[in-house]
Amino acid sequence: MLLVPCPNCGERDQSEFHYGGEAHRTRPTAPETLSDDEWADYVFMRTNTKGVFAERWCHTAGCRKWFNALRDTGSDAFLAVYRMGEEPPRLGGEEKEEAPADEAFA
Amino acid sequence: MGRTARMRGYSVWSLLREGVGGHRGWRPAWRDAAPKAAYDAVIIGGGGHGLATAYYLAKEHGMTNVAVLEKGWLGGGNAARNTTIVRSNYLNDESAAIYDHAMRLWRGLGRELNFNIMMSHRGVLNLAHDDGEMRQLKRRVEANRLNGVDAEWLDAHEVKEFCPPIHIGRDVRYPVLGATLQRSGGVNRHDAVVWGYARAACALGVDIVQHCEVTGIDVRGGVVQGVRTTRGDIKTSKVASVVAGHTSVIADMVGLRLPIESHPLQALVSEPVKPIMPCVVMSNAVHAYCSQSDKGELVIGAGIDPHISYTQRGGFHIIEDEIAALLELFPIFSRMKLMRHWAGTVDVCPDASPIISKTPVKGFYVNGGWGTGGWKATPGSGHVFADLVANDEPNAIAEPYALTRFATGKLVAEHGAAAVAH
Ligand SMILES: Cc1cc2nc3c(=O)[nH]c(=O)nc-3n(C[C@H](O)[C@H](O)[C@H](O)COP(=O)(O)OP(=O)(O)OC[C@H]3O[C@@H](n4cnc5c(N)ncnc54)[C@H](O)[C@@H]3O)c2cc1C
Ligand SMILES: [Zn+2]
Repeated sequence: MLLVPCPNCGERDQSEFHYGGEAHRTRPTAPETLSDDEWADYVFMRTNTKGVFAERWCHTAGCRKWFNALRDTGSDAFLAVYRMGEEPPRLGGEEKEEAPADEAFA
Repeated sequence: MGRTARMRGYSVWSLLREGVGGHRGWRPAWRDAAPKAAYDAVIIGGGGHGLATAYYLAKEHGMTNVAVLEKGWLGGGNAARNTTIVRSNYLNDESAAIYDHAMRLWRGLGRELNFNIMMSHRGVLNLAHDDGEMRQLKRRVEANRLNGVDAEWLDAHEVKEFCPPIHIGRDVRYPVLGATLQRSGGVNRHDAVVWGYARAACALGVDIVQHCEVTGIDVRGGVVQGVRTTRGDIKTSKVASVVAGHTSVIADMVGLRLPIESHPLQALVSEPVKPIMPCVVMSNAVHAYCSQSDKGELVIGAGIDPHISYTQRGGFHIIEDEIAALLELFPIFSRMKLMRHWAGTVDVCPDASPIISKTPVKGFYVNGGWGTGGWKATPGSGHVFADLVANDEPNAIAEPYALTRFATGKLVAEHGAAAVAH
């Protein structure tokens, strides 16, 4: 179980949170001009990064606020949290881009 | 020895001979090959689907200069981690076509591969817990029959008769009101399927290369040239990706975006006990499913963890919910001990149907997005994917699973319709 670092309440058990998936997917501003492929990209396509990934969480059973996080999906380590609407922070040098091979746990 | 090693058949006689001879004559079931510099086709991923693809490429299309590249060991991915429930009672025609194609292949597979895959058609129950679900599942029974998929409706008492340990009292939040039954559904042995396909593919000349991770794909002018791996570069004009949870990672190597998200999916087994569960039981509403292995362990699974992760690790709260759900159905199991617990990384598609497709990159083919329920499709998936890779065109069964469906809107929507997507 993950310990999710809520920016308002501190580290809390994952079961208190709702997961919001990939962050920074913005609704097309001129939808009437979009092609089918562009719609497909917005509605269905996902980045699904193995490594540092920007995602949204909502502390449903706590402060009930949405926030963004950077998490390494190869290790589940949270690297940063930041407000909705903000750009993801730049990470310090020592964070690994690539996740360790998952065989480690197999 | 030539490239195509003659396969030594397994039989009662070989067992007797080896038994008398102290088991010193058994030979490895397949060659652990080193990669060559070039192949006619490279399959990425040595799970069930990748090995099945290799086998049918060699057997049905005469393509034997083929390598299967596996970054770990053979079948150590979701093949090793799944609960092996096999059924084909899906709602939509496109789904019935591919899952029932697989079911027909499962029936003869042990004999065809000369490998005991321990296929047990013990029947799969999908439970209904309220009126809405009952109507929906009855509709599915009719849809299944129209597609030639065996399906029956059982009322609560018939469910109890078919599966005596189940609790059908009305004193629980989600009482059992009835169930669909697919008698041909069941379970099999995951390792045996992987090894059986590997052995048969190898005997036809396929190279099976373990501990060889694909790290890049060379594309020039929109055409595949080869792959880069941790064991050197390999030239090829056809790359077939069959990597389950890592499908997005491989697609990213050619700049292709996919509608897939990778999630942990957990499973667990109990201590072994004497035979008590005669069939497979699945429930969408309480979200748990259960069968009993031949060793006697209850094999238990549930839904995915909500977050994206490649760690093959899930949260304990998911397990807690799952066990609570199971105990409503089977209070008799409440004092059993759990022995092992693990997770795999599953590649989930938004319409809960797979992608079996050509791509805008010529020579790059994707088979993925099977999510939580691809094991049952293994032979069918490999069979139609081999056809696509060999002929560069999908056959009628594979055609609805093209990547273009996300732009045209012609989804194969099995979410909910499938009654637990495993
Ligand atoms: C807990 C659990 C329970 C499940 N239960 C069921 C069930 O009851 N019924 C059902 O039908 N389905 C079930 N599934 C789903 C099923 O396991 C999968 O859909 C199916 O096994 C996927 O196909 P595969 O066997 O080829 O995958 P895998 O065995 O995962 O094969 C993919 C292989 O690709 C390799 N790979 C990845 N990246 C690279 C690379 N860069 N280079 C080389 N190799 C690479 C991996 O190491 C892996 O071995 C379950 C899954 C899980 C995790
Ligand atoms: Zn909070």
